[in-house]
Amino acid sequence: MRENSILEMRGIYKGFAGVQALQNVDFTLCKGEIHALMGENGAGKSTLIKVLTGVYPKDAGEIYLNSHSGAVQIRSPQDAQRLGISTVYQEISLCPNLSVAENIFLARTKGKTISWKTMNQKAGALLDSLGIAVKPTQQLGSCSIAVQQMVAIARAVDMECSVLILDEPTSSLDESEVEKLFLLMRQLKARGVGIIFVTHFLDQVYEVCDKITVLRDGTLVGEYEIAELPRVKLVAKMLGKELDDMADIKNDIPVYHKDAAAPVYEAEGIWSIEGIQPFDFHINRGEVNGFTGLLGSGRSECVRTIFGADKVMGGSVRMDGKPVTIRKPMDAMKHGIAYLAEDRKRDGIVGELSVRDNIILALQVKTGFFKPFSKAKATKFAEEYIKLLDIKTASVHTPIQSLSGGNQQKVILARWLLTKPKYLILDEPTRGIDVGTKVDIQKLVLKLASEGMSVTFISSETDEMLRTCSRLIVMRDRKVVGELSGAELTQSAIMNTIAGGEKE
Amino acid sequence: MTGKLKAPNTNPIGSLFRHQIFIPLAALILLVLFNLIADPSFFQITYGHNSAGNPVLSGNLMTIIDCGSELAILAIGMTLVTAASGGQDISVGAAIAIAGSVLLRVLCGSESRPTELHAPIFVAFLVSCVVAMLFGAFNGILVAGFKIQPMVATLILFTAGRSIAAWVNNNELPIVSEESFTIFGGYIPGIPIPTPFFIALICFAVTWAVLKFTNLRLYIQSVGINEKTSRLNGLNPAVIKFSTYVLLGLCVAVAALIKVSRLSTINYSVIAKDIEMDAILAVALGGNSLSGGKFNMGASILGAYVIQFLTTTLYKFDVQSDALSAYKAIVVIALVIFSAPVVREKMAAAWKKLRAPKSIRHQA
Amino acid sequence: MAQTGSANRFGLRSRIRNMSDTNLLTSITIIVFLVMYLCAMIFLQKGFLKPQTLFNILNANASLIILSCGMSLVMITGGIDISVGGVTALVSMCCAVYLDYHGGHVVGAILIALGIGLLFGLIQGYLVAYLEIQPFIVTLAGMFFARGMTTIVNTNPFNVANEAFVKLKETRILIPFLGSYNKRGVYVDAYVEIGVVIALLIVAVMFVLLKWTKTGRSFYAVGGNRQSALMLGVNVRRTVFLSHLICGILAGIGGFVYFMHVGSGSASHASGAEMNAIASSIIGGTMLTGGVGNIIGTLFGVLSLALIQNIVSSVGLEEAWWTGITIAAMLCVFLIVQSLIMSHRKKSGMAESEQQSRGG
Repeated sequence: MRENSILEMRGIYKGFAGVQALQNVDFTLCKGEIHALMGENGAGKSTLIKVLTGVYPKDAGEIYLNSHSGAVQIRSPQDAQRLGISTVYQEISLCPNLSVAENIFLARTKGKTISWKTMNQKAGALLDSLGIAVKPTQQLGSCSIAVQQMVAIARAVDMECSVLILDEPTSSLDESEVEKLFLLMRQLKARGVGIIFVTHFLDQVYEVCDKITVLRDGTLVGEYEIAELPRVKLVAKMLGKELDDMADIKNDIPVYHKDAAAPVYEAEGIWSIEGIQPFDFHINRGEVNGFTGLLGSGRSECVRTIFGADKVMGGSVRMDGKPVTIRKPMDAMKHGIAYLAEDRKRDGIVGELSVRDNIILALQVKTGFFKPFSKAKATKFAEEYIKLLDIKTASVHTPIQSLSGGNQQKVILARWLLTKPKYLILDEPTRGIDVGTKVDIQKLVLKLASEGMSVTFISSETDEMLRTCSRLIVMRDRKVVGELSGAELTQSAIMNTIAGGEKE
Repeated sequence: MTGKLKAPNTNPIGSLFRHQIFIPLAALILLVLFNLIADPSFFQITYGHNSAGNPVLSGNLMTIIDCGSELAILAIGMTLVTAASGGQDISVGAAIAIAGSVLLRVLCGSESRPTELHAPIFVAFLVSCVVAMLFGAFNGILVAGFKIQPMVATLILFTAGRSIAAWVNNNELPIVSEESFTIFGGYIPGIPIPTPFFIALICFAVTWAVLKFTNLRLYIQSVGINEKTSRLNGLNPAVIKFSTYVLLGLCVAVAALIKVSRLSTINYSVIAKDIEMDAILAVALGGNSLSGGKFNMGASILGAYVIQFLTTTLYKFDVQSDALSAYKAIVVIALVIFSAPVVREKMAAAWKKLRAPKSIRHQA
Repeated sequence: MAQTGSANRFGLRSRIRNMSDTNLLTSITIIVFLVMYLCAMIFLQKGFLKPQTLFNILNANASLIILSCGMSLVMITGGIDISVGGVTALVSMCCAVYLDYHGGHVVGAILIALGIGLLFGLIQGYLVAYLEIQPFIVTLAGMFFARGMTTIVNTNPFNVANEAFVKLKETRILIPFLGSYNKRGVYVDAYVEIGVVIALLIVAVMFVLLKWTKTGRSFYAVGGNRQSALMLGVNVRRTVFLSHLICGILAGIGGFVYFMHVGSGSASHASGAEMNAIASSIIGGTMLTGGVGNIIGTLFGVLSLALIQNIVSSVGLEEAWWTGITIAAMLCVFLIVQSLIMSHRKKSGMAESEQQSRGG
């Protein structure tokens, strides 16, 4: 083992049916180090963490801890805990109805009885030593999320962990709470605890971390010292692009010219309960625009606000120049907006219903309760789009959940195309689809735009957006930080805008 | 590359096995066989005359379609509620008591033995419908608005319902002596088949029409399977769930009419006792998932008649009415155990093991 | 940010704020009960001034107290058990039949009661915890099975004539100093039945279990957040199984206490008892969603329920249906009050933490 390191993972391989999630990944954590683990979707971050914490068994590779000679076997979360590896998850994994002290010591006390006095005393001492300002007798549910997270960390510390994994701890915290968390992290660092900090927030990484490990597509891109990796380079490594990459926008298909200046949709100062800063947005007829930024930067939240999918808290909207109210999905649908959600399983498919029912769902709801389509009509609609998008299914009656992910995605796309929207929002439409179809979808988007449809296209793969969009809105850490169009549409410009911070 | 649609599996027997309606059909066949073996006279139908001088057909089979019809009507509403909210309404028995009580109240005013009806039967029925639907709305608000578990929410009406029913008539048991009132639970003069069956047929027809000419099925199934997606497609899950409880209220009113008409009076603690168990059983026996989602109305209706078949069979073997519930409870438990995911997985794994040696033999 | 102001007011408010959900709801119940009793004593006088009235409430509801303890336990763990009423009836009938038709010992009857409760608890616990079937359906079937079996065991209700048993039934535990004068001017000592002692003992045992043992706390953990409890190392399955098992055993004990009180077996015994148990638990501060609850609160929930029934009947509303309606109404009121308090707490909890973070 390397000197000063407390954890080393070497040559980790992990695959699931047909997909290689991790290939030959190394990871090293040193004593008293805050180490960021970063990567886009499908990079393998969560798989690596799950291998380390015993949720998944690894296919190959070794894990070494400085406390044990030889490789260690981690076959269950209990093993991981025993070896001193603790995790604090994004969702609170404590019991809100119990007190702080009880949560810290739950399932860890010796013997059958509980002495509240001792427990509260010990908890109080622990909380004080970590600078967490909360009474041990307070009910956890009545504390803020930030405090709840810190209590979870306190529990991990009390279990004398040597490796602490923080999985997206700051997603629900505001600025001052993040500061408090960082204070605690620095304290732990001083005690010699190694912290793995999994996050999407660039600014935070640069504020508190010592090293960064970047994964992409299941492979290790590299391990870097913070000081040696300027932001732009980091973004480049995450997206897999080199700085000098120039991607041309190929437009074989003519751009829509009629009423080009007429905005189909305009919004001012809209924001939702999901915590993005109020933003303005407009899109013209026949225009294709995109929202880009790293995962977690708020792209999906923006479009969900536009569609009314999340509770809209403020702002004004106009469609074709006329003021409209869009507070819920039905409003948006009535005004000709369609939204293909990012999370297919949770927000997209209705699992047990047939392909046909899934395809006609949105249009049917739009048409009205008393006007059901006849079976023949519905089947006709379904068959039309099955042919158009080349959806592989045994029949129109097959339950959608038995289709492959890519084909499910096509069914949902068919659903929204069927509503013949004025403005189509696609959030990660190409995720989980084979390469050939990805290109087909991009061509389809351009074709629809040339016929007058406005499209918003969000994708983790910036190539796709560069090939289809004429304007890109850049987001970072839940704020709009820039807008690029025309000649500015290059990989390097995108990455610079995302990275922000010090200019190179 | 054009995608080709494979022709659907045309094997009729095979697809029957896989179809949901197979479950109640199989149960029915089992019961029929059992009775054929035990005592074929079970199936006898005799033609005679009842006390009013009307021709009637009687026999166990007639009892089944007579009493089974009320259950089937209730099963319609219960299926919708289960499909949309993933839970069951256990207050239907109490609600029937209330609806029946209101019916009698309107018909009898404050006299307990009126010689003349105080209002036309039709009006009384309408009033009881409204009241039953209001109580359904109460349950609906608790479930859809306050997001309380359906079974727990309907516990309130389950507790208070019969008391409310008794209060409506000041704890008296009014008796209707009007002949025409007995038609609904009895026989239409000249037609030997019990009227409830025809009422049920009307309900089935209305249900079929509603399911065919509106989007109710699609909306309910969508909400029951995935509420979030339903919202994103423009649906309002709360309203849809609420409506199913109101519709169940309507079914309750119809069932109450039949029950009260049978006896021309009411007994608050006895009427529709344990009918909620039967209704839930009917839905489950129909192969519908008790946690919501897709539903097959025809299977539920068949399930209701099969439950009645079971009840009548048990009566034939001199099982007391109070003891019936013990047998039904066992059936419920068996059904629920076999549809539990944990059990299914174990059975699938065991089945695989049983089949595996064969394939190894082939390979060798 | 300490401000000047009435010290008392701030003391009380911060005390309330710092109370856990469980303690707050329980306190409300106890206060409501005491207020109701006080009002009854002032406005209705009559029997309420005699201590024996309170003891009679205890006598009549001893078995309900025991059943409610079991029910609270299951509810705290996040489940529900609606078979307890049926089990009570079954226990009564089986013991009655055993004592009179088979000439058995009282001890044997007690064992039968425990055995029946244990069996129900075992089977229901297994189905819920290990086969992961919804507790409502399992216990609903249990309830119908128990009620059905009661009739199968013996069709007709009857009073038990077994001497030893009747002696037990009639045993009175006298309470000194609290007697009163009856209509004829004779001094009668206050008394409670054996069942009351058993009930209060069980309340005490359950209280200790839930507050001071690891197993007891695990019920709260599982009810509060099942997933978290699992990840924190609690054996969730065993905890859920135990909750149903204990509830079943308590239903058996409660059944025997009920039997001792009524002295007969009948298929219509304890009808609606499960709903009363649930209502008592909810009124006593046990939340349907799990993780919150207190046995003392449940005790006062039962007492409140019984008190309301007493008040209602002494006011002159004697018809049977008033009971059902008042219980349901009280339940409704408490459910709504609970959810209002909970959502208010959540909002003010968030507001407070914002203040704290801004204040630094």
